[in-house]
Amino acid sequence: MTEILVALILLMIIGALVAIETSNLLYSVISIGAVGFLLSIVFLFLAAPDLAITQMAVEVITLVILLRAIAGSDREAVSDHRSILGTVVTLAMVLILAGFSVRMFADPDFPKFGQPVMDRFEDAPSNKYLRDGLEETGAANIVTAVLLDFRAYDTLGEATVLFCAVVGALSILRRKTKKHPDEPDEEKES
Amino acid sequence: MNQPRSSEGMSMIVKTVCGWMKAFILLYGIHIILYGHLTPGGGFAGGVIAASAFVLIVLAEGKTVGLKTFSRKAASTWDSVGVLVFLVMAGLGLVLVGTFFVNFWVTDESAHFTLFSSGIIPVCNIGIGLKVCSSLYLVFVVLTAMHFALNSNSKGEQP
Repeated sequence: MTEILVALILLMIIGALVAIETSNLLYSVISIGAVGFLLSIVFLFLAAPDLAITQMAVEVITLVILLRAIAGSDREAVSDHRSILGTVVTLAMVLILAGFSVRMFADPDFPKFGQPVMDRFEDAPSNKYLRDGLEETGAANIVTAVLLDFRAYDTLGEATVLFCAVVGALSILRRKTKKHPDEPDEEKES
Repeated sequence: MNQPRSSEGMSMIVKTVCGWMKAFILLYGIHIILYGHLTPGGGFAGGVIAASAFVLIVLAEGKTVGLKTFSRKAASTWDSVGVLVFLVMAGLGLVLVGTFFVNFWVTDESAHFTLFSSGIIPVCNIGIGLKVCSSLYLVFVVLTAMHFALNSNSKGEQP
């Protein structure tokens, strides 16, 4: 189980590195797609089919949009010197992460892989959702029950973010202006 | 299947396969949305799958046919309708019970594991599915429009 996950994550890291380092834009986009599909398989192995479905569908749409955006373009990758500051920051981050991991895994209280962190508290919200979710909401899929009943505010925020993103994209990327550009500008505030 | 095909879009093979597949993809998306409270999935995943059906139409049949199937104006309208359904469900909880987003229509134990169970959750799922489907379709259409504009500009500059 853990070995499969480690292999998948290693493949994802290789895909991400290829996506950064390759000079061809098409190869880069395909590598990003591979990373996304591998992430979907990781979700499946972690027993999260909801996330796996969402990740797969979003990855397909993102890949199509990216491919559409770069298809037929003759843009070339710009190779630039890597700045010393970036290398220093990357090394520092890796060192800090390694230090944290060593401290974390040395702790005997650290929960085992796959064991919920909140398992030790009887009254933790996650335990309550799992115990009473079906009776209180009637939804057999506990993920949907949490998303749309217990934590519906988060879903409202997500819908708001999506709505604002679409409104922004529509207003920035529209092709025709509402008013003819030669007309005198009357409403500068709006 | 015998309708005259326009010259824009992809080849005839792709168009024929698209004609067969688009309904099934859309149905799968709708199934994921409607059964989101029983099986894995839900409004977001189902909406993305339903949007991919319309994206397939735009890619395979060309922009004219795609926009005739699901116009930008209709997509904007359904986008807003989806959010409104979600918000009205939340507001009804506030009006009827007194708590925002409360599940005011709880079903009893006999309804468990059936399609008409769990109160407002399926309704919210449908709203979010509509919203996500039309949003992603709109983003795709807008981005491809920008792509065409960029291409025509660059072609104009390099005769």
